[in-house]
Amino acid sequence: MGFPLLSLITWLPMVGVAVILSIRGDEKTVASNARWTALWTSLIVLVISLVIWVKFDRSEAGFQFVENVAWLPEYKVGYKMGIDGISVLFVLLSTVLTPICILASWESIQTKVREFMAAFLILETMMVGMFCALDFVVFYMFFEAVLIPMYLIIGVWGGPRRVYAAVKFFLFTLTGSVLMLLALLAMWLMAGTTDIPTLMHTHFPLGMQKWLFLAFFASFAVKVPMWPVHTWLPDAHVEAPTAGSVILAGVLLKMGAYGFIRFSIPMLPDASAYFAPFIFTLSVVAVIYTSLVALAQEDMKKLIAYSSVAHMGVVTIGLFTFNEQGIQGGLFMMLSHGVVSAALFLIVGVVYDRIHSREIARYGGLADRMPGYAFAFMLFAMASVGLPGTAGFVGEFLVILGALQVNFWLALLGGAGMILGAAYTLYLYRRVIFGRLTRDDLRAILDLSPREWAVFAPLIVLTMWMGIYPSSFTGFWDASVAAMVKQHTAALLETTKLAGVLH
Amino acid sequence: MNWTIALPEIVLAVIGLAILIFGVLRKQDAVLMCTMLTIGGFLIAFMLVLTGGKGSGFNGQFVADSFSSFNKLLILTGASLAAILSLDFNHKQGIERFEYPVLMLFATVGMMIMVSASNLMTLYLGLELQSLSLYVLAAFARDDLRSSEAGLKYFVLGGLASGLLLYGISLVYGFSGTMDFAQLAKLLTNPELASPGVIVGVVFVLVGLAFKVSAVPFHMWTPDVYEGAPTSVTVFFATAPKVAAMALLLRVMSSPFGHLVAAWQSLIVIVSIASMVLGAFAAIGQSNIKRLMAYSSIANMGYALAGLAVGTPDGVRGVLVYMTIYVFMTAGTFACIIAMRRQGRAVEQISDLAGLATNDPMLAMLLAIFMFSMAGIPLMAGFFGKLYVFLAAVQGGLWTLAVVGVLSSVVGAFYYIRIIKVMYFDPPAGAFDRRAPSLSFVAMATGLFTLLFFLFPSPVVDAANVAAHAIFK
Repeated sequence: MGFPLLSLITWLPMVGVAVILSIRGDEKTVASNARWTALWTSLIVLVISLVIWVKFDRSEAGFQFVENVAWLPEYKVGYKMGIDGISVLFVLLSTVLTPICILASWESIQTKVREFMAAFLILETMMVGMFCALDFVVFYMFFEAVLIPMYLIIGVWGGPRRVYAAVKFFLFTLTGSVLMLLALLAMWLMAGTTDIPTLMHTHFPLGMQKWLFLAFFASFAVKVPMWPVHTWLPDAHVEAPTAGSVILAGVLLKMGAYGFIRFSIPMLPDASAYFAPFIFTLSVVAVIYTSLVALAQEDMKKLIAYSSVAHMGVVTIGLFTFNEQGIQGGLFMMLSHGVVSAALFLIVGVVYDRIHSREIARYGGLADRMPGYAFAFMLFAMASVGLPGTAGFVGEFLVILGALQVNFWLALLGGAGMILGAAYTLYLYRRVIFGRLTRDDLRAILDLSPREWAVFAPLIVLTMWMGIYPSSFTGFWDASVAAMVKQHTAALLETTKLAGVLH
Repeated sequence: MNWTIALPEIVLAVIGLAILIFGVLRKQDAVLMCTMLTIGGFLIAFMLVLTGGKGSGFNGQFVADSFSSFNKLLILTGASLAAILSLDFNHKQGIERFEYPVLMLFATVGMMIMVSASNLMTLYLGLELQSLSLYVLAAFARDDLRSSEAGLKYFVLGGLASGLLLYGISLVYGFSGTMDFAQLAKLLTNPELASPGVIVGVVFVLVGLAFKVSAVPFHMWTPDVYEGAPTSVTVFFATAPKVAAMALLLRVMSSPFGHLVAAWQSLIVIVSIASMVLGAFAAIGQSNIKRLMAYSSIANMGYALAGLAVGTPDGVRGVLVYMTIYVFMTAGTFACIIAMRRQGRAVEQISDLAGLATNDPMLAMLLAIFMFSMAGIPLMAGFFGKLYVFLAAVQGGLWTLAVVGVLSSVVGAFYYIRIIKVMYFDPPAGAFDRRAPSLSFVAMATGLFTLLFFLFPSPVVDAANVAAHAIFK
């Protein structure tokens, strides 16, 4: 076991929290010190995670940087951390988005700054820990503990209906999670361990697999979120402060899809195959229905929230095709959506900070006064639509390729999301950016400040990079995904053989 | 006769008598001295339990094993925390009298006898010593109508429960000819041959004890007594006696009647489910935080009983871990509730907590930790309590219990996070008075335990494991 890099990036933000909570002085000093401490902590974490990015061995399909410490030895539960090609980029996504969020809330958060920054760093610990966890109990703890800081971020710094949104978010997610807890316990007893790599190679009987799958589904589907349990998302997004929306769309939504690919598909191959049509149905409904809903929205954040549901529907289609293109596409889509939707929420945040309204009709003609802003918005809108050359295209294209191998209609209906996506995104862009400047306060509106450029620059670079040279990202998970698909096919073949013997 | 195994109880009882004499003779500041002496007595008993020998004595009526030690330590911890909390509250409430710590001490002696009982008679003796002291404590604020009402209600219903228990014991004795746990276990080795009279007796014993742990449908006294009794008494009620009654229930059901598990299992399952569900739903409508805690404790007892329902050492281990964590988070929560005081008057509405995060961030954070813990959100200790109980339930194949349990914990989470909502999201109401250092000490100590339990769960879990196996010998 080498130097515990993963534990370092997981728990380092907690050191930042301790420092922030110990700051003394008058309100202004505390706020300023808290901001800088949080920013530096998250930047250091980012740098360390870049070291991991560089040192990661792409040809290796298994887990790397593994750490294992006895925690509850007699129950075979350990504090085990490790990352493979699938999780490494999500760790990076979390560590990249956190400093961006802190920077984005530099001026927009003015009350209880210290607590806000502390909550954000706690959130970072939970997110990174969740993606690194290689023990189911440890995973569950991080997965669920995310609720605490997020509940507070929405509830304390949110909009007018924040209490409703926070409570709804909390209860929806908790309901799903506790059912997963039962599945965890059942697997624990069956396999005698909660070690994730071991569980991946444990065969569970088909009847049990189905129940386990449904329990996992309850948890992950809420997190993704899939139709019809997506209703918490628009509320949470609309009420959350900008940084909260960013992290919610960027990382928290990925937790559900990550759960599917880490648990449901490799551990329960037969049940996954059995329920795949069910998942496809819900995903297609999500893609088409929520796209249409997005078209009718009057609120910018709500529109992007619904578009998130549609995009995540494409992700779940990709993951459940069980072929390399589909899964790679799903993963790429998760990553690109993490960057692009996060950027779009930041885009909304920029004008919200100036005008304090998210109503689309309140704006118009911003291109005149804010050319830089119009450019950034255009770029991310195009990426969201899936224009070739931007991040959004690669994922959707791969997913459609993968879906074609399963079913033509699935590919067609899933692909319809791209067209509808173009419709609502361009419609939004036209109404906000083009048209005539009619209101006085819009005439005086300022373009992006240097701080805001600093926020958007890394996201613009990432969006272009992912679109132009995707293999520097897909290269990470090629080996892991190939191994996973192989194992999945072998497991299904085994079951068919067994069934053949029995008949 | 091996009387040394009862040394902690004997020493504690003697200390109690000494404090009584001391309190009568001394006129000034008797209360502070008596409380300090009581806490000292608890500490001495704690050391004696830790170092004391194991074995059985008094003609097999009294047993000291790892199970009794575990629970005694927990009871003494709970009682000590409650004693520390009573100092400030009783003083400000004008009910400081030296009898208070003495009654607490005797109740604790009763509880320790309960967990060490290996004979139905000893069991009853310990239970009555505990109950009679508690009846008086409930009515301790004698000028307060609510407190008197609580005491009377507790006395009448408790008397009824004791009667049922006694009736059950007499049935068991009548149909089996013995009250000794070991002999009962031997007689009932083959459950087929158990006479119906014994089974009926067991059910009555179960009912009597279910009343003491306030499990549904014998919970009616709990909200009224919790609300009516002085808060310092409520915190005592919610911690130590619950541990003692639960330990008693565990021992009686596992040891003498362990072979009858098929007969009592379904009863415990029903009681457990009913407690979890009622505790969760009835708490939603409460506006008084003490009443809310009463329903919360009913739900918590439901979770603990889920472990008992499994009827295996793993189940008992789950219950013991659960009770340990429960004692700490409950004591901490009540420390925060006692700190709710404005212009010298104790307030106990949930709405009084509004905006606490602005007025007193430390107190708000501590209470938030306890509430998240009670809701079973991970990293907090409460999650581990639920984890071990449900692990046992799943292991025992009690799926209905497990599913209802986790779903009702979501309902429970609703009212716990509502308190956090009031503290953090609502506009501030007036600030509370300055916290007494004793309250801060208890809240912080238990808060740290709740927050950091996840780092080192092994010691508690291992000790609970050893204790659980002791009663299944």
